[in-house]
Amino acid sequence: MRVVNIKPRRGVSTLIGAIPILAILILYAIYASARAEANPNDKVLPTFTAMAQAVQQFATQEDPRTGQITALSDTMASLWRLGIGVAIATFSTLVIGLALGVVPLIRSAFGPVVAIIAVIPPIAVLPILFIAMGLGEASKIALIAVGIAPFMIRDLAAHVAGLPVEQFIKAQTLGANSWQLTLRVALPQALPRLIDSLRLSMGPAWVFLISAEAIAADVGLGYRIFLVRRYLAMDIILPYVAWISLLAIATDALLLLVSRKAFPWAHGAGH
Amino acid sequence: MSSAQESGGALLSFEDVWVEYGDKVVLERVNLDIAEGSFVSVVGPSGSGKSTFLRLILGQEGPTKGRILLDGTPLTAECHPDRGVVFQRYSVFPHLTALRNVAFGLECDASPLLGKLFGGRGRAARDKAAEMLAAVGLEHNLDVYPAQMSGGMQQRLAIAQALIKHPRVLLLDEPFGALDPGIRNDMHTLVTRLWREHGLTIVMVTHDIKEAFKLGTRVLAFDKRRVDPHAPHRYGATAVYDMPVTRKPTVLESAA
Repeated sequence: MRVVNIKPRRGVSTLIGAIPILAILILYAIYASARAEANPNDKVLPTFTAMAQAVQQFATQEDPRTGQITALSDTMASLWRLGIGVAIATFSTLVIGLALGVVPLIRSAFGPVVAIIAVIPPIAVLPILFIAMGLGEASKIALIAVGIAPFMIRDLAAHVAGLPVEQFIKAQTLGANSWQLTLRVALPQALPRLIDSLRLSMGPAWVFLISAEAIAADVGLGYRIFLVRRYLAMDIILPYVAWISLLAIATDALLLLVSRKAFPWAHGAGH
Repeated sequence: MSSAQESGGALLSFEDVWVEYGDKVVLERVNLDIAEGSFVSVVGPSGSGKSTFLRLILGQEGPTKGRILLDGTPLTAECHPDRGVVFQRYSVFPHLTALRNVAFGLECDASPLLGKLFGGRGRAARDKAAEMLAAVGLEHNLDVYPAQMSGGMQQRLAIAQALIKHPRVLLLDEPFGALDPGIRNDMHTLVTRLWREHGLTIVMVTHDIKEAFKLGTRVLAFDKRRVDPHAPHRYGATAVYDMPVTRKPTVLESAA
């Protein structure tokens, strides 16, 4: 039998999916304990026990200087920046992307500008944002919004412009004007696509958040990682990275759930 | 270019209509009248301009020369509710249930700002839509999304959606081309019944000559009257045959 034709059953599939993950964890544990045996003060590969201790301190005990639980305040600060930045990007995508997609005149006028803006590497404009908005929250939020919005706008505009022309013609024969076309034909079909591109944009959004926090912040997940790097504190960095990944996975699952519940027709409803 | 029905009160009149894209001539010298209540089948090889002919009536495009009159008024190159359409595909809105697909046409008129009706008026619109869906045999599929429907059901829905606006002309663009033969027969029966009951005027483009003669009261065949082998694009197509058909009711009744 050809390899391409071997399809694992569901249970088997889950099992063989877990093997590489477990292998990485076990390999890590073996190396970490070997290094700890050779040098109890090793910092590069902390054991799981050492990481658990560090996490316990960061996640449950108040920092004597700030009076706050460090991991909690870092998480709240980062999620707040991420949430506002992503919300601004999503809302502007909806308005601009729909307009570009539905109205050819607007597409001709503003399509090229959006295309040019989309190729600018967002990190390159970070200094401009810092100069224009200062080192506070605004510049970090702006970086996230500016970083992901152009991609999302172009994606949504292309999706809406690519909806079958028959639908727009049909709606007009049913008496719809331009506004009703946008509101009742384009918008509802744009929303699930918007969630899709939002899910794809969450990765870059985290990159921009952590970059901005690494450069100028006094609280936040990215800030903490880059701060403790100075002390080679891998026992903090690794759990923080794991925590960020977990937050990203949870966000993605939540967005998918929202899309499935709100737009069953876009997910092959009831087949 | 003799028109089969030279009746005085034509519903649709083509007066020396030409369609050109750049130097390519698609349709030339189209002169014909379509009488109210007729069922016109349009046939012709690919590229003979039969779909262009349909789009002209629809208002999706306008003629380069000449004019088209509906009830004596020249058409503008824009779609309008007095001309309904059913395409081969993509005629229905995938994000709306069957009921809401049909109610859409009622809501656009009554609610300019939101395009949506609520409360009592919404219920009234949905009741009307449900009646129309029952007329096409979809009374048990009101809350189903198009993706959950078969091809034939989707076309029934598309027809109901168009008829709710009581169009002067119903345009069908290869509406049954993607359906199985059995389903296609059912659809023929349905369209014939609706045509009679609602007193519709129908213009249908089809690839299927048998279908054209079975359904139509008049068959128009589009093709190029003359061909320049060195510049085939310089001559356009026109209605080269225009045949009145006497419908044999037995054919359809036996299919029912």
